[in-house]
Amino acid sequence: MARITAGIATSHVPAIGAAFDLGRTQEPYWKPVFDGYEWVKQFEEREEPDVVILCYNDHASAMMLDVVPTFALGCAEEFAPADEGWGPRPVPTVMGDPVLAGHLAEQLVIDEFDLTLMNHLDVDHGLTVPLSLMFGKVEQWPVRVIPLAVNVTQFPTPSAERCWQLGAAIADAVQAYPPNLNVQIWGTGGMSHQLQGERAGLINPEFDNAFLDKLSNQTDDLRRVTRLEFLRESGSEGIELIMWLIMRGALGDNVEELYRFYHVPASNTAVGHIVLRPR
Amino acid sequence: MRTRLYSLDELDDIPGTKVFNAMRSRQAYHLHKFCMSLMDPANREAFRHDERAYLDRFRMSAEQKQAVLDRDFNQLIELGGNIYFLVKLSNTDGWSTQKAVGSMTGMTPDEYAAMMRAGGRPIEGNRSIKGKY
Repeated sequence: MARITAGIATSHVPAIGAAFDLGRTQEPYWKPVFDGYEWVKQFEEREEPDVVILCYNDHASAMMLDVVPTFALGCAEEFAPADEGWGPRPVPTVMGDPVLAGHLAEQLVIDEFDLTLMNHLDVDHGLTVPLSLMFGKVEQWPVRVIPLAVNVTQFPTPSAERCWQLGAAIADAVQAYPPNLNVQIWGTGGMSHQLQGERAGLINPEFDNAFLDKLSNQTDDLRRVTRLEFLRESGSEGIELIMWLIMRGALGDNVEELYRFYHVPASNTAVGHIVLRPR
Repeated sequence: MRTRLYSLDELDDIPGTKVFNAMRSRQAYHLHKFCMSLMDPANREAFRHDERAYLDRFRMSAEQKQAVLDRDFNQLIELGGNIYFLVKLSNTDGWSTQKAVGSMTGMTPDEYAAMMRAGGRPIEGNRSIKGKY
């Protein structure tokens, strides 16, 4: 039987990917950021997950707004790194798991989550930067990945509560999958940041740290945070944090916090990272 | 009537923030088509070669084209644009995202970078236009 053994959340700033790709991880500006991920790299070597269900948002790379899917599940055998305007990141192609993805697609729609299914999907920094942070520089990613792209571009995004409920349904679907797989679920994006207008550069460490504090066992508070509150308090792009709640919702009521990291800034963004174990 | 937790008008109360919604998405559809086209190296080359001629391939408004030529990101957002699309333009120019984003604040790139290193723009006073908190 497949089981979810850990939930991991991290920001997915493009400049982190650029610093990684250009070998600048030891420069004074970037070293504190990358040092914050040394723990999880060791953790992943020990854990050896088979599959990661990776909640992220497409930054206008695979999805022109011809279609605006709220939740889109990647069902392909592989996903190529996208060209975001300066060539694709020099990272391995991401290998999928079409059989588990097909199972999730069936179970989640039956459980009232009307997903969009993606049979072709190029993946941008939102998905590949977290992979680089968890696994470092590799010839091949050591896991299969099922991308779950969440609309955080066009208002209204799904609500915090809806994301939580989707996570809970994912947990049920994984549990109903017979193969003996070690599955992790990741939530990416955030923390506070705003990339537009005269309020650009907004950082709200109080909001971010309260979010991290409550993520283990005060989750009812987080499920009630409105879109308006995310936009106001964590910036127009801080609303990416709803994707952390899909991850958290998949871990059940009780979790143990294994590791946490918070750092300002990476480019325009507050970097947050947490590792949780379901109990 | 179904209940709502807040009036959507409140989204207009966040300082310096345009919430990208379905109407803006429609308004900027062709602008965003242009942005997405820059994911292809041959298109980036054609755009660099003659920006005006390249822009004329797209059904964007004259104001949107001018704002692209001016690299006026505030104006592009005013005209419906969304930053996730617009960074395809700044990436094509070889700008960092920080440079593109900072250009909207009235600060120089150095001033903006220094603000970020010092912890970013504080939230106090930046939550609400009406409430001034």
